[in-house]
Amino acid sequence: MSVVGSPGAREAAERAARDSYGRLLAYLSARTRELARAEDALGEALLTALERWPRAGVPERPEAWLLAVARRRLIDGSRHARVQSEAAGALRILLEGAEARAAAPEFPDERLKLLFVCAHPSIDPAMRTPLMLQTVLGLDASRIASAFLVAPATMGQRLVREKARIRETGIEWAVPESTALPARLAAVLEGIYAAYGSGWDDVAGADPRRRGLAEEALTLGRLVSQLMPEEPEASGLLALMLHCEARRAARRDDAGHYVPLDQQDVSRWSRSLLEEAESALGAGARAGRPGRFQLEAAIQSAHAYRAVSGRTDWEAIALLYEGLVRCAPTVGARVGHAAALAQARGAPTGLAALEALAPADVAGYQPYWALRGHLLRELGRRADARAAYDRAFGLSEDRAVREFLMAAATPLGA
Amino acid sequence: MKYTILVYETAADFKDRADGSRRETYWGAYRAYTHSLQAAGIMVGGAALEPPASAATVRQRNDRRGVQDGPFAETKEQLGGYYVIDVPDLDTALEWASRCPAAATGAVEVRANLSM
Repeated sequence: MSVVGSPGAREAAERAARDSYGRLLAYLSARTRELARAEDALGEALLTALERWPRAGVPERPEAWLLAVARRRLIDGSRHARVQSEAAGALRILLEGAEARAAAPEFPDERLKLLFVCAHPSIDPAMRTPLMLQTVLGLDASRIASAFLVAPATMGQRLVREKARIRETGIEWAVPESTALPARLAAVLEGIYAAYGSGWDDVAGADPRRRGLAEEALTLGRLVSQLMPEEPEASGLLALMLHCEARRAARRDDAGHYVPLDQQDVSRWSRSLLEEAESALGAGARAGRPGRFQLEAAIQSAHAYRAVSGRTDWEAIALLYEGLVRCAPTVGARVGHAAALAQARGAPTGLAALEALAPADVAGYQPYWALRGHLLRELGRRADARAAYDRAFGLSEDRAVREFLMAAATPLGA
Repeated sequence: MKYTILVYETAADFKDRADGSRRETYWGAYRAYTHSLQAAGIMVGGAALEPPASAATVRQRNDRRGVQDGPFAETKEQLGGYYVIDVPDLDTALEWASRCPAAATGAVEVRANLSM
């Protein structure tokens, strides 16, 4: 039990506040279809909760607390002409009804509907993740903007535009029927994965300023896998993110230098996160329906097995990548495949796999150039290796990664 | 659309430029960054600037001319150079700016060039 006022209490309070906020927003917006208005009504209540709960503790009925604050604000607000519309009136009646429901121990959880609305095909794919983060977790636009490297004002405008689109296009407020479900669920999961960052090969993950929204993505991942326990890909995504998260502390040594995955000190991996990852992966596998995220998690699981066996089974990893490339031929998967092939069968095989990629696809993809540099160096092609490292270097955002590449390239001469 | 990336560096960054063991990392980082802008075909121009101590600032007020040693603003981070790039939109400009070595130590500002 965390003590009120301690950092643990702050985290717990923030989690409870965002959790209740998401439930309430889902409940209200599913009934009014007025996402932006429901957000306006609840927004200040959330801010008040984020300020008060860490000090005073989480109230016994968090939803009822938030609703009471939201309703008071709405009544205050309706004295100004702006919100005296019919919609505001409907929202107020709804708030009162919800408040009565919130007195019961369990408030209905309709956040899945909200996630499916946010990842609807008519929503701009680049805006699905920001929408999820704002509606389900109540994150503010500037925080989301930083994580996605967009100017805050621009992000704010885009969020407003997509919410208007949700209202105008009358997107159905429901979890899709079984035939449409796989494709729609994939969009939800991809949205959550995008929040996790540039994925497991985001080598910069240890820098606190670049942690981005990993924590928030995990919250969404846990939510979906809890609400859809029969969907193996939801468990697969959760397992994948947990595996990556488990290694966060091992991605830097004590001096702050970048450490590649196969050289990480396994004692720095988080045992509890690895266990949670393995149990999620196992739960998914029981359904007997493999998919992209389960395969990616299985690759991470194979890497994690080094903590037990003391060695990395590159041949197995290369095979898993082959499966992944077949069902999701992304640039990341293909570069990962090439890396595993190089380890299992030698640098020439890895390089051949890299060279099969289209130049336009890899021009801005840092891991491609870093791997290319490593392989060319191994093959003794010093000038080519140097040039590839140079490209990787110029595409890296992270200082520790740049230093790592510099150290690798320096012996090759200018 | 042309954007200017203004590179603000810390005193430590300026020191690294001439520091025995750090200078290779410093210049290597900028050389590689510049190469990657060129390789992407978006580099329009740019320059690295001498440290702020070498600056002279000019002001004209009430028909009187004043010249001062040093940079215009006394801030922790000082203008160390700039790049002009040509990219489709601000998002892309920010993506490239985030890779600029100074983003990890000082600060990098992105502004659209006025078209004239």
